[in-house]
Amino acid sequence: MAGEMPFEMPLVELRKKIDELKQFSQDKEIDFTDEINRLEERYRQMEGEIYTNISAAQKMHLARNQQRPTTLDLIPLIFTDFIELHGDRMFGDDLAIVGGLARLEGKPVTIIGHQRGKDTKDNIARFFGSPHPEGFRKSIRLMKQAEKFGRPIVTFIDTKGAYPGNTAEERGQSEAIARSLWEMAKLRVPVVCVVIGEGGSGGALAIAVGNRVLMLEHAIYSAISPNGAASILWKDASKADQAAEAMKITAEDLLGMEIIEGIVPEPQGGAHKDYEETAAAIKQELLHHLQELAGMDAEALVLDRYNKFRKIGEFVEKQISTSFGTPDQQEQGTEATEQVAVADEDSEHLSSVTNAFHNSDSTDALPH
Amino acid sequence: MFRDLFQKKKKYATIPSQRWSNEPASDDEQPQERPKREIPEGLMNKCSKCGTIHYSKELEKNLKVCSNCGYHMRLNAIERIVMTVDEGKFTEMDAGLESIDPLNFPGYAQKLEQQKMNSGLRDAVITGQGEIDGHPVMLAVMSFDFFSGSMGSVVGEKITRAIEAADERGLPLIMFSTSGGARMQESIISLMQMAKTSAALARYQENGGLYISVITDPTMGGVSASFAMLGDIIIAEPGALFGFAGRIVIEQTIRQKLPDNFQTAEFNLEHGQLDMVTHRKDMKSMLGDLLDYHTGKGGF
Repeated sequence: MAGEMPFEMPLVELRKKIDELKQFSQDKEIDFTDEINRLEERYRQMEGEIYTNISAAQKMHLARNQQRPTTLDLIPLIFTDFIELHGDRMFGDDLAIVGGLARLEGKPVTIIGHQRGKDTKDNIARFFGSPHPEGFRKSIRLMKQAEKFGRPIVTFIDTKGAYPGNTAEERGQSEAIARSLWEMAKLRVPVVCVVIGEGGSGGALAIAVGNRVLMLEHAIYSAISPNGAASILWKDASKADQAAEAMKITAEDLLGMEIIEGIVPEPQGGAHKDYEETAAAIKQELLHHLQELAGMDAEALVLDRYNKFRKIGEFVEKQISTSFGTPDQQEQGTEATEQVAVADEDSEHLSSVTNAFHNSDSTDALPH
Repeated sequence: MFRDLFQKKKKYATIPSQRWSNEPASDDEQPQERPKREIPEGLMNKCSKCGTIHYSKELEKNLKVCSNCGYHMRLNAIERIVMTVDEGKFTEMDAGLESIDPLNFPGYAQKLEQQKMNSGLRDAVITGQGEIDGHPVMLAVMSFDFFSGSMGSVVGEKITRAIEAADERGLPLIMFSTSGGARMQESIISLMQMAKTSAALARYQENGGLYISVITDPTMGGVSASFAMLGDIIIAEPGALFGFAGRIVIEQTIRQKLPDNFQTAEFNLEHGQLDMVTHRKDMKSMLGDLLDYHTGKGGF
């Protein structure tokens, strides 16, 4: 086995003991069968305990495991005939995002994903999977190409975040991410996104505005890395484990909040234990969701994506009569009835608010 | 409530009334020493860039721009609205939206209460309909003094509603941004507000809506990388810092040496990220002129 995580160490040690005992019994020709069976039983028990209770912090380490399959590891195991396409046609080719054409069960799709390096040299060339603006702009170009030719889009998310550096800022990192969100919202083809490792902040979201967003079982997804949060909250980046627990970053958390639509199971111990099993599970989910979306026309797809993100947000809405600069009314407002509006059921409310405004509108509104 | 707010200028150094006696000050023993020399609190302000001391009234008249170095001091949303819209022409909407603590995040609920107390605001953005030089517009104005202008559910929702209202009413949209980024305490929900606001803008702009984005100091992270950079026209105030990753983050992660003017409005103008840098005193007339161009009286 390779890529053991610290929390798996008790298992590894027990396995070593069992192997030693087996070897010993062979060498000395002494029968330890009962003893070995007991240890094997103990191993299975421990395995069950450890793998069914993986904490958020442990998942964070699993998601960042260097041996976890990357986009380029998974593509040949899920798709066929992959042809990589390069460059943003403006500045360069960012290797932190890869993309191109591929077939899923014979049907053409466009596939785009973050790409971490597999070793130090590769990591330097790919900026550890943290894209520059040209990466996002390449992605936008490939998505619009997919839209033009009616291909569904599949994206794999696996990044610590967009590249933080002078070169990225000079070339418009903010604009590139914002534009990617904006363009993805309008795409007239199905978009299915899978967080396969770490989904870090805007650099992750930039290619994750999909009709369906899925996560691998041990993937994480958050607005800021747990390390960043820890250094802001407790002025100590080493408390990342603690922050990971507080931030609700696991697939289960996000499914509960209806941020994602599904969880793709991983092999026991994590995706790195069996690439093929992981790929097969992803493929199954992709086919399921793409077949579901195939029934929608372009307008329905755009609306479906809009509504998916439109409903996200949790707040209370208090009834307040709003007249700017009249403090008394505002104070009264706080005592008025409280109405919990967890966004998704407030479309009616919204229209009533806007209708009220329509009535008071002047008639010389600007056309646009 | 709002009037109180204007007197709370904790950002600027004030010259307090001081006793000039060498003896230890004791209110009981020397109740009325030199009463004529007392200077009321808040009479004067100090520029945080160059240190020049200004009379507060002069500074207000100068729109909170330092007359010595031209530094544009940060404004809260109310000051900004008063400065921008025609007198009496603003109707706030969605004022009752307030943040909750959806993730049960350590310390968030208390911090929210504290931020409300300190700023007098309910969250980091005020939205509504107003008029600029007689042109009706939808406005969203952010306030850095509430939770560093961070975007959580409430900011995302109010901005999205403002965009949707602009779309429905056929109005131009002007948004003044200032923000430290996504609100960490709402983690993934904050992040999703970037997609939500950008999707609403995509729809509005595809329908022909005009969106002017005004970037003020500072605008970073999730706000910079969503609606702030999606304007049909993007304006920044002089010296306003904006970008995705902040200087400290960059210096700590990749140890890169950064230019002095890094991420200022001028730096961004030079690198093609902006249409213009506009002085605060010219902002309203510039907005008026731009709105004028889009009133639909076209054709030769």
